[in-house]
Amino acid sequence: MTNLLSRLFGRAKKGSGATAKDRLRFVLQHDRINLPPERMEEMKSEILAVIVKYLVVDKDRVEIDLEQRDRRHSKLVAEIPVAIHTPPSNSKQITDSSALADVAESNGANNGSDAQSAEDEAAKPEAPKDAVEAKADEGEDEEDKKA
Amino acid sequence: MGGKVVTISSGKGGVGKTTATANLGISLASLGKKVVVIDADIGLRNLDVIMGLENRIVYDLVDIVEGRSKLRQAMIKHKKFDDLFLIPAAQTRDKMAVSPEDMVKLANELREDFDYILIDSPAGIERGFRNALEPADEVLIVTNPEVSAVRDADRIIGLIEAADKGPGRLIINRLKTELVKKGEMLSSDDVFDILGLSIVGIIPEDELVLSASNSGIPVTLNMQSKAGMAFNNVARRVIGEDVPFMNLDESRGIFQRLAKLLNGR
Ligand SMILES: Nc1ncnc2c1ncn2[C@@H]1O[C@H](COP(=O)(O)OP(=O)(O)OP(=O)(O)O)[C@@H](O)[C@H]1O
Ligand SMILES: [Mg+2]
Repeated sequence: MTNLLSRLFGRAKKGSGATAKDRLRFVLQHDRINLPPERMEEMKSEILAVIVKYLVVDKDRVEIDLEQRDRRHSKLVAEIPVAIHTPPSNSKQITDSSALADVAESNGANNGSDAQSAEDEAAKPEAPKDAVEAKADEGEDEEDKKA
Repeated sequence: MGGKVVTISSGKGGVGKTTATANLGISLASLGKKVVVIDADIGLRNLDVIMGLENRIVYDLVDIVEGRSKLRQAMIKHKKFDDLFLIPAAQTRDKMAVSPEDMVKLANELREDFDYILIDSPAGIERGFRNALEPADEVLIVTNPEVSAVRDADRIIGLIEAADKGPGRLIINRLKTELVKKGEMLSSDDVFDILGLSIVGIIPEDELVLSASNSGIPVTLNMQSKAGMAFNNVARRVIGEDVPFMNLDESRGIFQRLAKLLNGR
């Protein structure tokens, strides 16, 4: 009844006009950079595949998006949370770990979500360096490889 | 430099370029301007019938370009306005008969004697569009508030900017106020948000446009027509007047008034 009323009085929730606008926005984003959605997805997985060779990436929280201010200004904006490497409390790697700590701090300073991912990672059990690399290759298969 | 060349283009076909060109021509003439309208849609001549001048044609655009006719000989004077002329398209030739350079040369000649030279562009992005674009000082892009028309408009806007003829202004044609109110049609604001070009006209859907094309008397000459009034406003904006957009909200029934109250707008 309320539905009928609201329709009678011309206040539908989300009509096809709004859908048209969303669809147009999407299709024009791709038209304007001449890269169809399908190819864009391909590109994203390729980018990720490269990054994953070097870093541990939280794949579920990766965001690579096209931002368009207008017809002439498009940019690809990527947010790729990476795991902060926590070195084993082994005294040999002290120099390494201090360098990494610096990186973690400066990340934390300019980006809230990176700081978040640093914390997340810190909470996890420590993994030796080669284990991290193994993870990069084999996805979710974590830890205990070498230990 | 003299007169100004205004090209009317669209991307998608059938959105109202020829209707807009004819009506702008009439409106500008009735505002006291010297106007010539050129049908650049070679092979698909149409502007002549919309303006009711089809049986006066002797020569056409291609005849001028190929030197069979003097410019003045091919120009057809409008029945009502002494300072409004049509250069018709050739019906039996194809677009390659005219080049962008031909159009620039023609436009430059016309600039000396006319205030406005309006060019009705064919649909699409090929030679005919290039012909219409090349001499342009300003481009008006006609679109309908509809996904495919807006998409194609975006494409043409990109090409216009790439040719250094931008930014161009938009004519949003065939807007159905009732549908917009129900949220079932893109609004002029939506189209503006998406395309990012300023709007020079919002023309409502109007049955009188059909009757006008039936009779060959463009709708601006009909005082009853909202579309006609809207086209007239476009002409005034083209000559630089600051004209507020008219209220297309014609329905003032009890339900609409109630809705206004209830929705606080
Ligand atoms: N505001 C309007 N209200 C109702 N009908 C309209 C309106 N504008 C245009 N039309 C109708 O739309 C049809 C197409 O118009 P028109 O020929 O002007 O389009 P066009 O863009 O020149 O087409 P083409 O790309 O084929 O040259 C015509 O039948 C015309 O009567
Ligand atoms: Mg036409």
